[in-house]
Order: sequence, then structure tokens, then C-alpha cells
Amino acid sequence: MANPIIARITLPERARRGEIITIRVLVRHPMERAIDAPGLTPLPRKILHTMRVTYAGEEVVRADLSQGITANPYIEFTTVAVDNGPIVFEWDEDGGTTYRREARLVVT
Amino acid sequence: MIRRAAAAAALLACGVAAASELRPARDFLSPELRAQQDDPSRHPGWLWVEEGEALWQRGERSCQSCHGGIATMAGVATRYPAVAPDGALLNLEGRIERCRTQQQGAAAFGYESDALLSLTAAVAQRSRGLPMSVATDGAAAPFVEEGRRFYEARQGQLNLACGQCHDDNAGRRLRGDVISNGLGTGYPAYRLDWNTLGSLHRRLRACSLGVRATQLPLGAPEYLSLELFLAARAAGLPVEAPGLRR
Repeated sequence: MANPIIARITLPERARRGEIITIRVLVRHPMERAIDAPGLTPLPRKILHTMRVTYAGEEVVRADLSQGITANPYIEFTTVAVDNGPIVFEWDEDGGTTYRREARLVVT
Repeated sequence: MIRRAAAAAALLACGVAAASELRPARDFLSPELRAQQDDPSRHPGWLWVEEGEALWQRGERSCQSCHGGIATMAGVATRYPAVAPDGALLNLEGRIERCRTQQQGAAAFGYESDALLSLTAAVAQRSRGLPMSVATDGAAAPFVEEGRRFYEARQGQLNLACGQCHDDNAGRRLRGDVISNGLGTGYPAYRLDWNTLGSLHRRLRACSLGVRATQLPLGAPEYLSLELFLAARAAGLPVEAPGLRR
């Protein structure tokens, strides 16, 4: 995994079962839109086109990101605390690279 | 028109506005942007702060091996720019670069490089909320005076001095944004316009372009003494770095 992206994932450390929690995800990525115009050096598009979040074995969020989205995208969503265990964040980048981060949540 | 110019000149003649009239940059932000600036979980500038904190510990002769944990940097950003023993005026970026080349025996990062911005942001962040208090006497006095002259001089094809926007018209709108008092306490700042973190000198270059004046290089002596003058103007007002700007 060359040049791993830096992700800042913010969520509560612990939550009660059934509680709605807010998860904030800030990712460092240039989100390069394609350049293809007369007089400019063409550059292929290189963005994170998909973000998937899996929690307790189930996909809770899937976002399709377009090249209209700013660099260093910020995504905030809520989910219900159901189980201990890792929340897995995955991003697919143009070119086939997949980045993966995990966050832990303690459910009482 | 002539009368307005005369009034502006009269205002300039009175000298710079007293610190009590100046408001911190955060007061000029929209409520949404201000809330985001205060919230590290939504502030993209923290991506650089985090990288800077990692850099602080990296390498055999790391910053940490001399200075200890980065927490020891609390309050440092309030005292920069400052005059070094050899008489050179250094801002925080310059101080870090000098540490790197002279103490750590490493190559300079280069102005506006991601590494230097990250380290500067990580150090400055430790002074967040603390009041600015640069030295303006002794060796610093001539630099402050130079900075004041630069601030008060009319420049560029638009023939404007800094104060004509940042003192006379602060709080009013210009090109979709609100004019601040131009204190620079939030830099390095993440500008949405840039999609990245940037230094005060990069912002000053944008100001120079705005009045159609010559854009000086990053780290230019004119910008350095202006940075010192702005910091002296901001005395008592809080450091906001890393700021969030439009």
C-alpha cells in the first residue's frame, strides 16, 4: 500500500447498546479530478470513488464519491451501537488501491 | 472621492489602530466556519497537525531528542517572529528550518513544503488560545518599524495600503468574504480556497496580488518584518493556528 492515506476517525469510545452514535471521518486525499484540456498536460482522475463502512459484519454506510467532492473529504454519519468490535472503513481509489482503517467501539 | 482619500490618509496618519479596536480573526468567520475551526474532528488542518506531531519524533536526532515532548512548545508561537542572536529575524518556519539545518544536520524542508507546514502547525497548535506577545523592543524594534512602513505604504496598481482594507473596512464584505483585521494569528491555516494548509506568506502573496503589487517570494524580508508588525498589532489576542479560512 504505497502512500497510505491519513484518516482521522472520531467516534465515542463507548456507548450503550441501542444508542445512536455519530462517526466523523476526515481523510487526507487530493481527490485529483481529471485534467484534459487543450494546452494542459492530461492527468488521469485519481479520487477515492467509494467509501464502505462495515460494523458487526454488516455494511452500514456506502458512499459513492464523485470528482465534484473537495480534496480532504469529510463525511459524517450516524449508526446504532449494537455490538463490540471493530468498525471497518474502506476506501477504493481509482487505479484499484483499497485503503483500510479500523476503529473500536465498546458497547455496554 | 478626494474627500474619502483624504479621510483615509488622515486615519493612517493617526497610526495603527489600538489593539482594543482589533478583533480576533475568528470574530469575522461565519458561525459554521468558526464552529468547524474549534472542532478538531471536523477541521482538515488537524491532518497536518497529526503529521507534524509524527515528524516531531521521527529520526535519530529528532526534535524530541532535544526539546522533549511537543507539549513543551506551549506558548512558543506567541513569541514569533523573533530576532535570533545573530540578528536575523525568524518566524516559526524559519526557526524550524534553522534547527533542522544547524542542530539536526539535515536538509531544509523548504518553505511551503508539506513537512514544514505540518511541523509549524503542530508547534503553533500548542499555543492555541494563548495571547500573542512578540518582543518589539531592542533588536526587534527596527524590524517592527520596517513592517509598519510596509503596512502603511500604498502599493500596487490599486494604490492601496493594508490598513485601507483591514482597519478602515474590517467587517465589510469583499469578494464574498468578510474583511478581517488581518492579524495572521490563524496561520498556518487551512484555506478552503487552497484545499490545503498554507503559510501566512502564501496568504500575503495573495494580498499583494489583490492590490496588483509585486508578489514577493515566500520568506522575503519584507513579508517577515510585516509578519512581526502584524504579530505586534495582535498583542494580547489569541493564537488561532491552525485556522480555517475561506
